[in-house]
Amino acid sequence: MIPVEISDVKKSYGDLHAVDGVSFSVNEGEVFALLGPNGAGKTTLIEILEGLRKRDAGAVKVLGLDPWGNSGVLHKRIGVIPQDFTFFDKANPREAVKYYADLFDVTVDPDATLKEVLLDDSARVLFENLSGGQMQKMGLALALVNNAELLFLDEPTTGLDPNARRAVWDVIRGLKSKGKTVILTTHYLDEAEQLSDRVAIMDHGHVVAMGTSEEIIETHGSGERLEIHGTEQLATYIRTHTKLKTEYNRKGVISITINQKEDALTALTAVEQSGLDWHDLHTRRDSLDDVFVKLVSGTIDEHGEIRAENANNNSHDQRRR
Amino acid sequence: MPSARRVMSDLRVFGRGYLRNAAGLFFGLIFPVILIVIFGAIFQSGLSGTITLYVQNHDTGPVSSSFTTALNSTGTVKLVIVSNSENFSQYLSAHSASDGIIIPANFSANYAAGQPVNVTLYGNPSQSSSQIVSGTVAGVINGFNLERYGGSQIIGVTQTTANSQVTKYIDFLVPGLIGFAILISPMFSLVNISSEYKRIKLFKQLSLTPLTKMEWLASKVLFYILLSSVSFLLMTAVGVVAFHAHVTLSPWLIPFLVLGPMFFASLGMLVGTISKSTETASVVGNVITFPMMFLSGTFFPISLMPAYLQTFAHVLPLFYIIDGLNGVMIYSNYAQATLDLVVVAVITIVAFVAAARLFKWRED
Repeated sequence: MIPVEISDVKKSYGDLHAVDGVSFSVNEGEVFALLGPNGAGKTTLIEILEGLRKRDAGAVKVLGLDPWGNSGVLHKRIGVIPQDFTFFDKANPREAVKYYADLFDVTVDPDATLKEVLLDDSARVLFENLSGGQMQKMGLALALVNNAELLFLDEPTTGLDPNARRAVWDVIRGLKSKGKTVILTTHYLDEAEQLSDRVAIMDHGHVVAMGTSEEIIETHGSGERLEIHGTEQLATYIRTHTKLKTEYNRKGVISITINQKEDALTALTAVEQSGLDWHDLHTRRDSLDDVFVKLVSGTIDEHGEIRAENANNNSHDQRRR
Repeated sequence: MPSARRVMSDLRVFGRGYLRNAAGLFFGLIFPVILIVIFGAIFQSGLSGTITLYVQNHDTGPVSSSFTTALNSTGTVKLVIVSNSENFSQYLSAHSASDGIIIPANFSANYAAGQPVNVTLYGNPSQSSSQIVSGTVAGVINGFNLERYGGSQIIGVTQTTANSQVTKYIDFLVPGLIGFAILISPMFSLVNISSEYKRIKLFKQLSLTPLTKMEWLASKVLFYILLSSVSFLLMTAVGVVAFHAHVTLSPWLIPFLVLGPMFFASLGMLVGTISKSTETASVVGNVITFPMMFLSGTFFPISLMPAYLQTFAHVLPLFYIIDGLNGVMIYSNYAQATLDLVVVAVITIVAFVAAARLFKWRED
């Protein structure tokens, strides 16, 4: 069975088309990332899949069920960490796991579950005293209690420091190795690249690209480029003496598009003929970051987090908060 | 199907959280007991107590000293002798006192000679203490006048009360403050958590588990029934042991201890549910709670209040709980208690059903 299959799903809040015709399917055992800036519609979409929100249009099958109207049945078979996971301040992770086991009417060994998410060392620390990373790990532990086949992780590492993020990643990799199907939303590029088999990049309610990182780069990237550090004069020389697409940026990098192997030689010959100074020659392909910036109306900040260009146009995600 | 395992598990987690929270524990269990101790101690000897009466005696004869002795032995006033060199009214002001008496220099001689003589009484007519002093002094003077002419009392007084037991203030205080405890803990707590859990989206998270909102609400109601029962036992024990309160314990109390917390937990849930924000919820909660806290017969019997406030008290749900507790614990008046119980049962069912219906795990 295909765990998740959706087609042309739509959801609007007034004039805002939060999810505007999204289709994809997620295979068994796959880690599938929904990547996009705040307000791209990731959380709305994932909540439609979880049965928490009603879609306006489109077809949705999660574990063979329509989530809306079957949420009671579905919730026993999925595990969820909602965005901004929280719990009772005065309960510790061990008690939380037991509580969830009671709610789901299953028997689990709390210590084993906590070990699985690398939280066994803080099993008796009250939730209010856990660090952000430990809280997310506890959320993961709770999502595991009912031994779900399908896990939804909504921004599991938002707001965590790099070490805590890596620790949460380790846990998610562990889940994958156990054969769990995971749908993950994130606005961190590296997280999507590190963890997922396939990525769907969302922007303004649409999926603008989908596939493995390599496929997305292949489809939407600019291909191979030759980069040389030099003067603007050199860039102009190459441009006028070859037919190659040549760009110059303020940092002093000349970027030449290489469409076929001979282009590289042509470019280097022109550089040599110019007699001008140059250094640091290398070739480069678009990374997922480069593709992302091209596709999504946003930029990536110094933490690798996507910032939407227009903050006002930003987000039902945020407005609902 | 409601599941006992889920309800009990939720009850356990919630109860443990409560016990780990010093503030909640204080307000739920300790604070009402402290109130019993404070009010019980203040009014231990009845509402009046002894009043300090300053005396300046300019007389040197024997009659004035037997007069002051007679005043002292009434038990109502405690005499403090002021030196004759003091300016009496300045002295009273300096001691923030209003009650005093001056016995003139020729008091004994005039009394013996049968000549009229006046003592001067200082007092503040608007204060009940001054009225008591004035009555006490007049009584003692009458006695002296009667004795001077060798008369004897013709009309006497025999004191008695309608109840087999004399009702003291502490007897009202115990059921009143039990009502207070039944009100504040579930009410404030449910107002707070229902709006807070909504804000931090904890309800939404719980909606992803098989726990139902009815099970969740049931576990809160159960918890506050338990808490109120413990509180009831503590307060009654302190009232009886420390202040010799005379209260009757009977199975009739059980429905009040069950329905009371259930009502206020539901009411708190309703307030938290219909309020858009935590701040609004807290304001609405206070507006409902505070008049009830003081005007339902918690700290004093409502018969002490003016008529219009007594009428107002009859629209306050807590009034019926305390009136019922009074009926059972003080008067053994089960007809009154039954009537109160019917009112409490009806409003509890209405509040619980409304809370359970309006309360949403999540918005669409």
